[in-house]
Amino acid sequence: MAETIKLTVARYRPEEQSEPTFQSYDVPYNKDWVLLDALNHVKNEIDGSLTFRWSCRMGVCGSCGMMVNGVPKLTCAVPLTDYRPSEPVRIEPLQFFPVIRDLVVDITSFLGKLSSVKPWIIRDDVEATEVAEYRQSPAELDDYKQFSMCINCMLCYSACPVVGLESEFAGPAAIALAQRYNLDSRDAGAEERQDVLNEHEGMWGCTFVGECTKVCPKNVDPAGAIQLYKMATAQDWMKSMLLPWGAK
Amino acid sequence: MSNPSQAPTVDLKLYRRPMPFGWWLENGAYFRFIARELTCIFVGLFTVLTLELVQAVGRGPAPYAAFMARLEGSAYIAFSLLAFAAVLYHAVTWFNLVPTTVVVRLGGERVPDGLIAAAHFAAWAVASLVVAFIVLRG
Repeated sequence: MAETIKLTVARYRPEEQSEPTFQSYDVPYNKDWVLLDALNHVKNEIDGSLTFRWSCRMGVCGSCGMMVNGVPKLTCAVPLTDYRPSEPVRIEPLQFFPVIRDLVVDITSFLGKLSSVKPWIIRDDVEATEVAEYRQSPAELDDYKQFSMCINCMLCYSACPVVGLESEFAGPAAIALAQRYNLDSRDAGAEERQDVLNEHEGMWGCTFVGECTKVCPKNVDPAGAIQLYKMATAQDWMKSMLLPWGAK
Repeated sequence: MSNPSQAPTVDLKLYRRPMPFGWWLENGAYFRFIARELTCIFVGLFTVLTLELVQAVGRGPAPYAAFMARLEGSAYIAFSLLAFAAVLYHAVTWFNLVPTTVVVRLGGERVPDGLIAAAHFAAWAVASLVVAFIVLRG
């Protein structure tokens, strides 16, 4: 008989339950599969009622984030062979998010936080691209490129205990995204974003646990973005206090 | 008549897991983070002790001698050992985090994280040697 591995999956059916329970499924230990393939096997062959999000299957859409043995992971990027068939793999919805059903979480609050930092280029002199171009050197691109790789998978929110403790905290991805635009040579919106992020619920809520950076599947380094943001803000404040002409 | 452009609303019965009091015990990284935060207490207490020392020096030889005699008590020695371990843990964990907060570019290239951390550890060693030289000299 082919080797199998046990998936212990959190189930939450709001019409039947007041809190989640676990259900186990034995799936083939297929060495070519990622964890998402194993979940799709459950969905297609064993239990069609299991609910989870997924789309691209190649680490781009950021939909299939889940807690795997207590660690936030993109299930499409985790080979099944990362786990031993002798031990069950525990799969839960992303922690610190409200659960809608089974492995599907409510991301409304995350989307609100994301848009609150104005993640777009802000400048007064915007002209149509047919008549104007906004050039950028490779070095200027390098300044923010790393922070632009975020796929909004929310693993960093699930890794951050501050998100769990303080629901108003803007969170790693939103602050990193703000920093992505602040560091863009074409942008002039840093001051507007400062109004949102120079707050306890903004960058100062971060206590530098650093787990957001460790779990990021795109090496965005949100912890780094937040600390750099803090440093720049603190330096501006010092200059405004010490220099007669202020921070400008 | 309902507005066709409006999506139907559904009353969701969301499950919100409460944050357990022992959340920092559930994960090794969270535990190490809390340990780092708690070592601040010892950093603060040792700073107070150092300020007291400065005050005693300012008051003259007799108060200074009395303060130094007090430090020789077993409770103070135990505290000093504990504070030393805590400050060591605090310093090492912070220096390991420095590369995340300090980005240095030389000739267009980002200086590697390991080098930035190593530079901080080296500066720490040099400062410790200078202090040791001053203290042990006489």
